[in-house]
Amino acid sequence: MKELIKALTEAFGPSGYEDAVRELIKARIAGHADQVRTDALGNLIALKKGRPQNGVPSRRIMLTAHMDEIGVIISHVDDKGFLRFSNIGGVFPIGLVGSRVVFADGSIGVIGRERPESPTEFPTMEKMYIDTGAPDKQHQTHKVGDVAAFTRPFVDQGQRLVAKAFDDRIACAVLVQTLLELPTSPHDAYFVFTVQEEVGLRGATTSAFSIEPDVAIAVDVTTTGDTPEAWPMAVSLGAGPAIKVKDRGMLAHVGVKTWMAKTAEKLGMPYQFEVLEAGSTDAMAIQTSRAGVAAGVLSIPSRYTHSPSEMVDYGDVQDSVKLLLGLLSGSVEI
Amino acid sequence: MQTKEFLKKLSEASGVSGYEAPVRELVREEFLQYTQELRVDPMGSLIACKRGEPNGAGPRRSIMLAGHMDEIGLLVTKLEKGFLRFGTVGGFDLRVLLGQEVVVHGKKDLPGVIGTRPPHVLSAEEQEHILPLDKLFIDVGLSPEELAQWVRVGDIITIQRGFTELSNNLVSGKAFDDRAAVACIANCLQHLTTLRHTWDVYAVATVQEEVGLKGALTSAFGIAPDVGIAIDVGHGNMLGVPEVDTVNVGGGPALAIGPNIHPTMYSRLVDVAKANEISYQPDAIPGRSGTDAWAMQVAREGMPTALISIPLRYMHTSVETISLKDVERIGRLLALFISGLNEEFARDIGLPQAPA
Amino acid sequence: MLLKELSEAFGVSGHEGAVRRVIVDAIKDLVDEHRVDALGNLIALKKGSGESKRKVMVAAHMDEVGLMIVYVEREGSLRFRPVGGIDDRVLLSKKVLIGDNKVPGVIGVKPIHLLEPKQRNQVMRVEEMSIDIGAASKDEAEHSVKLGDYAAFDVPFTELGGTLRTVKGKAFDDRAGCAVLIELLRGSYPFDLYAAFTVQEEVGMRGAQVAAYSIAPDVAFALEGTICDDLPKKRDVSPTTTLGAGPAITVMDRSVIADPRLVNLLAETAQKNGIPYQFKQPGIGGTDAGAIHLSRQGVPSVVVAVPSRYIHAPVCVLSLDDLDNAVRLMRETLAQVQGLDLDR
Repeated sequence: MKELIKALTEAFGPSGYEDAVRELIKARIAGHADQVRTDALGNLIALKKGRPQNGVPSRRIMLTAHMDEIGVIISHVDDKGFLRFSNIGGVFPIGLVGSRVVFADGSIGVIGRERPESPTEFPTMEKMYIDTGAPDKQHQTHKVGDVAAFTRPFVDQGQRLVAKAFDDRIACAVLVQTLLELPTSPHDAYFVFTVQEEVGLRGATTSAFSIEPDVAIAVDVTTTGDTPEAWPMAVSLGAGPAIKVKDRGMLAHVGVKTWMAKTAEKLGMPYQFEVLEAGSTDAMAIQTSRAGVAAGVLSIPSRYTHSPSEMVDYGDVQDSVKLLLGLLSGSVEI
Repeated sequence: MQTKEFLKKLSEASGVSGYEAPVRELVREEFLQYTQELRVDPMGSLIACKRGEPNGAGPRRSIMLAGHMDEIGLLVTKLEKGFLRFGTVGGFDLRVLLGQEVVVHGKKDLPGVIGTRPPHVLSAEEQEHILPLDKLFIDVGLSPEELAQWVRVGDIITIQRGFTELSNNLVSGKAFDDRAAVACIANCLQHLTTLRHTWDVYAVATVQEEVGLKGALTSAFGIAPDVGIAIDVGHGNMLGVPEVDTVNVGGGPALAIGPNIHPTMYSRLVDVAKANEISYQPDAIPGRSGTDAWAMQVAREGMPTALISIPLRYMHTSVETISLKDVERIGRLLALFISGLNEEFARDIGLPQAPA
Repeated sequence: MLLKELSEAFGVSGHEGAVRRVIVDAIKDLVDEHRVDALGNLIALKKGSGESKRKVMVAAHMDEVGLMIVYVEREGSLRFRPVGGIDDRVLLSKKVLIGDNKVPGVIGVKPIHLLEPKQRNQVMRVEEMSIDIGAASKDEAEHSVKLGDYAAFDVPFTELGGTLRTVKGKAFDDRAGCAVLIELLRGSYPFDLYAAFTVQEEVGMRGAQVAAYSIAPDVAFALEGTICDDLPKKRDVSPTTTLGAGPAITVMDRSVIADPRLVNLLAETAQKNGIPYQFKQPGIGGTDAGAIHLSRQGVPSVVVAVPSRYIHAPVCVLSLDDLDNAVRLMRETLAQVQGLDLDR
């Protein structure tokens, strides 16, 4: 799976521009799903039809992982060829200065900053710019509307992995792996690789409407409370996949949460309950689709979310696949 | 059940957003007195339908009444050395938490308190600041080992507070936002047993209003009524708050006007109130109403909506205070409004001649 | 001129009836059907010549930002709150018209002579302001206005002339879009064109949300009057759009990432036909397209806007050249929407 993770995290895909990621995933799952389609917004929807199993009522299960990552969009080319930019999704200004961004054509830019008014002035995006090294405006090939992603290489430290965009490519990897390893299931399983989660859960909104699932589980990342002077939080790296109770945008369906925990226990694998102060996931949008959906979240613990160097534990990743396979094999008990 | 008694039971029950089951059972018991047609939808809203008696002419029409049964609350975020760290569910004023008694709903219900450091060990300067969430703890009096046996991350916590009767028919307690509305709806259903109505009435105790109007959004989609009325609470008059921002407790239902409200729904409510000598107060809301009406109005192709608010003091504290008279007025107003719904009104409000 | 009538019509979010009447008058002979839905949206259908089953939705919102009366003081003055997003600082010393009877009022200010020096630098909040309609008591005031009445800025439409053919008036956001949409209804198309004159965009794209659900289009365009911040600045930063540089195409704003195929179609069409155009600064603002593109299973959408200076303030300025070019661009583009491949 590490090779898949590397390919996914290094792919280019800011919200709205997920084509490269989608093509990569399509290629990986080719031949393993009964139906694959791309919808109006660009969501990739792969269906593995259920095969009836005695005593297990068949359900429509929707699993999601979002393909998009945060990035930046050029808002202005100044007279000297420097590029002003705006954020795509939740970009923290504090990490930007000196960061490298990569455009769709592979060219690199460096983020610089205007001189601060005082030495303690907090950096803001309005006072930053991207320098691609163009000598002047005439030679600046990039234009207003071009998008760029942050760039760092994937690093395998053995048990721990470091990369940009584990949010949410690690979940894409988990979902692809689950699809590939799933023998048969009594349920119709929709593996949905969504778009535009980072700018408002948009892909999940429209795909949920079209799929009309009975139950949905979004696979995303969550932060941890195990770093120095961290915000108090019970999730730790390496302690197993996290089952979401609540985040800023939603309360997980009690039945789904309990079913996930019971399944983890039956499989004898570690897991943790998660309450997240800030942020939400595709499940928030799916939950209020049409007349409502029983929705939960499987969170892969990840440190330094929305920075170019996110970190996950490989054991947690493998256990996440195990848990999903377990959930898809038995009865949905919510 | 008598309004005061029902309200007391609802108020003292536990039903934090996402975990409304205990209070839903109480509502179900009560609504069963008025109709057998009840269901719980995927998000957990309780939907009761009291069928009207169509008089032959025109298509079957329906009205949805919504009052949310969820309350704001807390939940366990971490177990630390025998104490509990917690987070909020819904909009909590952190200042009211110090020294508050709570109930932790773990494997069993555990009484606890949000601990405080005594003034003797605090500097004058420290007493000037509000304690942020990451400096607050709940103490249930157990050792770390015992705690781990009974409590897990994610367990729900409710504020402990009994129902109190004040003078002048005022009552005080937790979760009147918005269980008092559920009591209004029950009161309305009771009145409807003696009034005739042609439209079907969907009485909905919605869930998760406090965390994003979610129950209203999904139940409205599922029911697809012709019109909807949300009943919620509005800021009651109190010392130190300008009159422009409040409505009078005991002054009757506050009827909202603004973009969230269909003008014909409003004017009809006013007409019914006037004709039946029910005191009311106009309530101008220039934008988001922050209530289920906001979600209902844009379900599917949209619907004409109205919002009736119960004047309530000290919102989102455990001593919310309302007038029982206002609850009864609203129940009666709703019932009289509903009994007057007919095809003429459907035309006035622009409903399609045949239901969609 | 139609833009004049539209601009001077009274239509704060939640109370768009007067604007709707002007529009119905203007379009009733241009369309096959029209109806008003539960929220007040005016939805008109211009049937296609039948070669196509494609449904195209074009939306422009009828509502403007304004004020609502929330309290009548004992001495006769009126307290109010904004409807939609208004910077408190633009309100002082302005004229308004209240309610369907257009009762005139003024937002007064304490004279500078009576202010302490440090007060002159303090921003006055809307809660401190009031409207004076000349009433001497609450009773007297309540003869002509009541709680919940809407108030709009009292700004007559004026032509300023010049090479850019500029005009000033209120509510160009989005009466300019309405004007463009009305013009488009004069054409004929192979597909079914749903012209949605929406309500309550300024308080959350509410009308567009329900209109899109009911129409269920295959593709959508939102027409707007958008931010034009081309005032002189010290720093070399984006003006968002520039007056006179043509209709502005949205690539991405806070509410929507426009479908790149539609963006390209617009840009190519403009180039082919020699129509000036610009890209709106990405990442700013939100429009009806934000609600429409997320409707049901998703709708490829884009926004085309007429640059307008000073929106969300009483007096806006736009160039009729930009407006005419917006009409041209949309007309030429709609002519090709039919053949656009919207598959993935």
